[in-house]
Parts: sequence; C-alpha cells; structure tokens
Amino acid sequence: MELTFREWLGTIHGLIFGALFLLSFSGGLFALYGLRPEWMTADGIKSRMVQLKIWVWTMAGIAWATVLTGTYIVYPWYRAAPPDGTTNLSSFSKALLLSSEATAKWHTFGMEWKEHVGWITPIAATVVAYVISIYGPKLVNEPKIRKALTWFFVAAFTAAGIAGALGAFITKAAPVR
Amino acid sequence: MTAKENETMKNGLAAAALLAGGFGSFMVGLMTLLTEMSKAINTALIFYKPSGPLSGKTTVAVIAWLIMWVILGSQWKGKDVAFGKVVVVAFALLALGLLFTFPPFFLLFGA
Repeated sequence: MELTFREWLGTIHGLIFGALFLLSFSGGLFALYGLRPEWMTADGIKSRMVQLKIWVWTMAGIAWATVLTGTYIVYPWYRAAPPDGTTNLSSFSKALLLSSEATAKWHTFGMEWKEHVGWITPIAATVVAYVISIYGPKLVNEPKIRKALTWFFVAAFTAAGIAGALGAFITKAAPVR
Repeated sequence: MTAKENETMKNGLAAAALLAGGFGSFMVGLMTLLTEMSKAINTALIFYKPSGPLSGKTTVAVIAWLIMWVILGSQWKGKDVAFGKVVVVAFALLALGLLFTFPPFFLLFGA
C-alpha cells in the first residue's frame, strides 16, 4: 500500500485541502449565521469575531492553495500528452479518458467544468474574509451585509463542491500517476 | 460593545468588495467563453505551457478582479451606496460566471 509522489500531491490537493475547506466553511458559516445582536452578549460577539476571522481566512487560504496546486502542479500531469506510439495510457489521464467513448465525458464535461468553476471559490471566499475583517463587530448591526456575505459564502462552497465532486470522480476514472 | 462599535459603518467598502467579487467570477467565465470562441485568444492565454490556456484565463481574471476591487474600493470608501442594487448586480455577475464555466453552455460557442 503506497502512493507515488504524484498521487501524494493529488491527495493533498483534493482530499486534504478538500477536508480542511469543508471544515473551515462549516465553522465560518456557523459563526457568521450566529452573529446576531439578539443572540449574543458584547463579549460573546468579540469572541465570535476572532473565531470567524480565523475560519474565513483559513477557508480563503485553502481555496487559493487548492486552485494553485491544481492548476500548476496536478493539472499539467493530468493533461500531459502521451508520446507517439504509446499504448499504455494509464499515466496520461486526459488521453486515457478520451480514448473511450464511455469515459470521454469525464474530460469534456467533468474536467472542463472543474478546472474553471473551481477558480470562483477563492475569489468569493476572499471577498467574504476581507469584509468580515474590516467590519469586525460592526457587522452585528449590518444584517444586509451579513446576508450578502452568507450567500457569497454559499456560492464559494457551491463552486468548490462542484469542482471537488468532479475531481473525485475523475480521479476514480483516471488517477494521476 | 462600545458606542463607537455600535455605530453603523458606511457600506461602500463591503459593496465594492462584493461587486468586485462578482466581477472576478464573471471574468473567470468570460475568459472561458472567449477561449472557446477564438483559437487566437486560446493560444495567447497559454502563459504557462504545461497548464495550457487555463493559466492565462485565470491569471487575467484574477488581475481584472483585483484592479476592479481597487478602483471600486477607492471610489466608495467612506461612502454609503445603494447596497441592495449593488448586491443584485454582484450576484448576477456571479451567476453569469457560473453559467459561462458550464461546458454545455460554453461549448455552444466553440470555434
């Protein structure tokens, strides 16, 4: 039971960062939703703000790490063209998927969507983290801003969910080796 | 909470960040669409050969997002803007970004 160097990096990009993203999203959304004056004391709000900033900046940082490692480390291995005459395509994921009609959609639909939609996540997550940081406890009195941030947060998660789920299926069909 | 912290803050910086975020998402989608429509743009956006045009599409989108954020932030800092309208536009741009990255949509425009 061992992983190659590429499989390790693929695991860090997808599984480790994915799990940390999910954790930070859950923590951030919970903290943001609970940021209501009727539910909290002044001390509670200050304490919640510290947690919230940690969660959302962690989420944004992980989102950037995920798209950067994906685009510049894992994706080049995925899309590498096999040399002429190659018959064993197991090390060339994109070519392997496209070699069969039964699996081609994992590239033409799955990877084509994943590689683009995933980039929306760090942008949306950074916006949320920035606004939370500059407004701080004053956000408690800004329900409209909190609501907009919550939906941006959900949009970031949706984009990450699409990219993550497709990545898991593509890795199952044609792992980067 | 102090009286100062209880004050309502101007919404300009939040509006600028959200609108720029929507714009950045839209740019990710737009670059995806443009590379599908034009082989010349597709080739021009290969900034890092091993990653292909994805490197250029995302780099341009991120730079456009940051420039828009700086511009809007400097214009709206310390001001109150029509937050509801800004948020509607921001989410419309975000939705377009999601739509433009959806392969059955952008493949309709294949060169």
